[in-house]
Amino acid sequence: MQEQKTPRLVMEGITKEFPGVKALSNVSFQLFPGEVHSLMGENGAGKSTLIKVLTGVYSNDEGTVKLEGSPIHVANPLEAQDLGISTVYQEVNLCSNLSVVENIFIGRQIMKKGRIDWKEMKSRAEEVLARLNLTIDVTKLLSSYSVAIQQMVAIGRALNVSARVLILDEPTSSLDTDEVNQLFGVIRKLKDEGLAIVFISHFLDQIYEISDRITVLRNGELVGEYMTKDLPRIELVSKMIGKELDAVSSNRDEVAKKERGEVLLEVEQLARKGSVEPFNLDLHKGEIVGLAGLLGSGRTELARLLFGADKADSGEIKINGSKTKLNIPKQAISKGIAFCSEDRKAEGIIPDLTIRENIILAMQGINGVFNYIPKKRQIEIADEYIKLLNINPRNPEQLIKNLSGGNQQKVMLARWLITNPELLILDEPTRGIDIGAKAEIMKLMISLSKDGMSILFISSELEEVLRTCNKIVVMRDREKVSEIDNGKQVTQQDIMKQMAGGVV
Amino acid sequence: MAKSKLFWPIMVLVFILVFNLFFDPSFFTVEIRNGRFTGSLIDILNRGAPLMLISIGMTLVIATKGIDLGVGSVIAMSGAVGAMTVTGSPEGSLTPLFLAIVLALGVSVLTGVWNGVLVSRIGVQPIVATLILMVAGRGVAQLITNGQITTVYYEPYKFIGGGYLLMLPLSIFIVAFVFLIALYLTRKTSIGLFIESVGANPSASRLSGINSKNIILMVYMFSGLCAGIGGLILSSNVASADGNNAGLWYELDAILAVVIGGTSLMGGRFFLTGTIIGALIIQSLTTTIYSIGVPAETNLVVKAVVVLIVCLLQSPEFRNKVFGAFTRKGIKDTKDKGVTLS
Amino acid sequence: MKSLKLDYRQLPLLATFALFIMMYAFGSTRYTGFLSTQVFLNLFIDNAFLIIVAVGMTFVILSGGIDLSVGSVIALTSMVAASLVMNAQLSPWIVIPICLLVGSLIGLGQGCLIHFFNLQPFIVTLAGMFLARGLSYLISVETIAINNPFFDFMASSRIPLGDSFISISVVIALVVVVLAVFVGHYSKFGRNVYALGGNEQSAVLMGLPVGKTKIMIYVISGFCASLAGLVFTFYMLSGYGLHANGLELDAIAAVVIGGTLLTGGAGYVAGSVVGVLILGIIQTIIVFEGTLSSWWTKIAIGALLLLFIVFQRVIVIRSKVKKSSVT
Repeated sequence: MQEQKTPRLVMEGITKEFPGVKALSNVSFQLFPGEVHSLMGENGAGKSTLIKVLTGVYSNDEGTVKLEGSPIHVANPLEAQDLGISTVYQEVNLCSNLSVVENIFIGRQIMKKGRIDWKEMKSRAEEVLARLNLTIDVTKLLSSYSVAIQQMVAIGRALNVSARVLILDEPTSSLDTDEVNQLFGVIRKLKDEGLAIVFISHFLDQIYEISDRITVLRNGELVGEYMTKDLPRIELVSKMIGKELDAVSSNRDEVAKKERGEVLLEVEQLARKGSVEPFNLDLHKGEIVGLAGLLGSGRTELARLLFGADKADSGEIKINGSKTKLNIPKQAISKGIAFCSEDRKAEGIIPDLTIRENIILAMQGINGVFNYIPKKRQIEIADEYIKLLNINPRNPEQLIKNLSGGNQQKVMLARWLITNPELLILDEPTRGIDIGAKAEIMKLMISLSKDGMSILFISSELEEVLRTCNKIVVMRDREKVSEIDNGKQVTQQDIMKQMAGGVV
Repeated sequence: MAKSKLFWPIMVLVFILVFNLFFDPSFFTVEIRNGRFTGSLIDILNRGAPLMLISIGMTLVIATKGIDLGVGSVIAMSGAVGAMTVTGSPEGSLTPLFLAIVLALGVSVLTGVWNGVLVSRIGVQPIVATLILMVAGRGVAQLITNGQITTVYYEPYKFIGGGYLLMLPLSIFIVAFVFLIALYLTRKTSIGLFIESVGANPSASRLSGINSKNIILMVYMFSGLCAGIGGLILSSNVASADGNNAGLWYELDAILAVVIGGTSLMGGRFFLTGTIIGALIIQSLTTTIYSIGVPAETNLVVKAVVVLIVCLLQSPEFRNKVFGAFTRKGIKDTKDKGVTLS
Repeated sequence: MKSLKLDYRQLPLLATFALFIMMYAFGSTRYTGFLSTQVFLNLFIDNAFLIIVAVGMTFVILSGGIDLSVGSVIALTSMVAASLVMNAQLSPWIVIPICLLVGSLIGLGQGCLIHFFNLQPFIVTLAGMFLARGLSYLISVETIAINNPFFDFMASSRIPLGDSFISISVVIALVVVVLAVFVGHYSKFGRNVYALGGNEQSAVLMGLPVGKTKIMIYVISGFCASLAGLVFTFYMLSGYGLHANGLELDAIAAVVIGGTLLTGGAGYVAGSVVGVLILGIIQTIIVFEGTLSSWWTKIAIGALLLLFIVFQRVIVIRSKVKKSSVT
């Protein structure tokens, strides 16, 4: 039916070039009122550039943008907002040092007699949030609320501008299931009210749950526009990566049958107040253990305890049978533990340094100040791992900040692999990287485990966990709830039940 | 990378020196007088010694995304301690000299510990943490000298800043020594890598097993030490200690030298050689202004203009806006010819 | 408990007030004659110019920036005023607007450099500091004494307040404070300053006029500095290139002691005023003590800075711990 409506927004023939890169070439996009339209593509496909052109962060070199039939030229985010085009970003882009009221109204405060009318704004803010089924004290600082609520406030701000187009850029990345459901409830409500919504996410489940239509981009070009119900998942994935999908073929039989080596790590009653309840775990050599759980279930927190990134309050860790204290990362590294953080940007890469320097950093960290690895040797190591992990570009002297997310992740892996760890902890290693790199990383995990390395794999993508892990540990509410041996009979539903708990 | 970063500073320095040649054709001549090399170039090196020293320390601090505003006060404190130790000492013995050096440098390193602990252990922003010492340190220096300008009559003390070795001022050797040590430590050990990684991303560095707290503590101690040596040279130069005015505005000159040298105030990559050139630019400016007979106070205006020009040249926004018209073409042209621009 | 629950933002401000009262009480019990209205009012009379500078500095620091040029702008203003009045024999009614324009223009220049070329406030205002002081030396290296009926009037008139009095400068300073409090809390510009200090990137994406706000902040700071320069000139009745040497540090110290976070985004203009009064009371105590040398002022200010900075850290760490235990 929607085909007969007039589109609210039409972007036609959009081209945007950066020095050396054609980020968008002749891309078209249309958006109808009362629909949720997903924008899909690998990293570098041009999704975010398209959004930035639409919201006035970038200006397009060619092409036209029409809002309700009339051409518009958006010079900056403020103009976009004035036209009714608002964006809610993954990292909530509000000011957490201001109150909720202020975050909703700042820039367009209600004035009375030349001064800001705080009283009126407070009641209006409460109304706006009530539309989103949210009742909170709006005079408190934004920073005193959870990310999920902050995101709602961001949507509230967008709505208050009488939005006609709402762009949600990876809004669910840091939300747990309940929060996602709540958000989807709000999205459906707004859709029914006739808002046109652009929804961007890496989670296929969510795309299929919420969106009506999908536009796929690849390498800055338009692949096509499809109704969600007419597009099977496997086809969507192959359209995104541009080839038939066989890299992710399953090898679960192999995974299930594998024999266990000796015990490498024994964790007993390990706990930290407010983040992990007493936790037990045995990890064998050459074993891949998946750690599944919702956000806030304590999975990252546990990993940080095992790496000494945070200090445990109580409990015991034995490595190869001997009791060990892990209070700082350096201790853990010297005991053969490596940890790839989920937050690559904040806790992984050193942006100003080269690929080579980023690779040798952890090894140099254990070597200490005076046992410096000669530069020649550094280059050899870097070259070796660039080849091994297929890192692009090949030049070890390239600055890491110029690499794509997937390649940065591979450099992080290289950093830890050269320390020759016995236990590799990977926290969401596949988040935010393209599908090709995901498959490569999973392949690598399996081959490392064959060589005897133990891996603790944290991932939100249950499919990935099932495909690679020998054993799956499920956490809920900071506690371990079950330990499942992987095999053909284990399904995503089984694990989800454990993650959700109670009656499902 | 490093070479291109040095291009503009060197050009500026050369320009200033050549500019002098127009006013004083003998500007570049170095003569031997009384068994010592003399000449304007030697003079610039000699007088610029304290600034170069302090800027070396400042470079490492800035590379960790820090800043040390306390160096001016440390100069005053170190000079005060040194001068007060040797006042009234007998000429014959060298013991007071060594005692003065040890005490003065000890106090300077302690101030570095103070700053370093505030920044690395308590987590105070560097600009704020070192502001405390900038304000209070001068008070302490005056406390040590009892608010007087103390004159030193003990001859050996004057050797630190005024002495000669191999026909060259001793201070030049001191600078060269400290510079080489800094170069060695940052290029032949992993300290340089650690400093850059801590400056660019502290939490990632910690997770890579680097003790960023100790690295930060260390650079502030080093900066304190450099300021202390500079303070001794300055105090020895004038054979006195002045708690109120010694080392006034040195922190700003040093920051200036670092920035001119190409190290970003945002931390990360640092360029020690660039810093030395930066310090020399500042010193030659001062010398130039004196030698061409413009009122000394103009120095401040010229410094301001130089800071702005250097900062603007380093600002990508400025380059885009001003040279924007050429950039796209420029990149293509240089690629074809295999030439690299700046 | 709920009624007692305080926003952690206000803790530093309360501590500042408490400290002021404690110091005042300490002085009153220790020295005879300390507890007089005039001694209290003198705090305002002697520090009127510092209050004005601190108000401008508060906006700068709230936005996450810093302005090192204010002390030099005061010196430059005093030189411009003195040379125009004494050498050029211009009427004060022409001289005053010129002076205010000079400071505002310097601020405008600094703001533009910071915004358009994305230079760091620290380094730009450092250049501004050199420039302004250098320019005042270019006008004259010597002190220029001012001998003008209007300036004499501004310097010597007393506005009676009961048995005591205040000066015209105090009135000017208080007007500036009231205006600033209003701007900070009730104007769009003021709120934009807080947003900018909280998270500049967010402020851009929220469509706030970040550039205009930034430039305006430095214009205001420059304006306040030149106004303070005039008040300072009334106080000293001379122009001199060395006037207000290092005053930027006092202003920054007053703002920090007044409870404004140096990282920006939180703090109050009123706090900075109390911060100035605390600096003033330290000096008063040292004067009353008689035997203490002037350098103890610096050491005391340093100690207070340390106290407040560590205090701010503790609050920030506490609030973080609280948050992480909630989520």
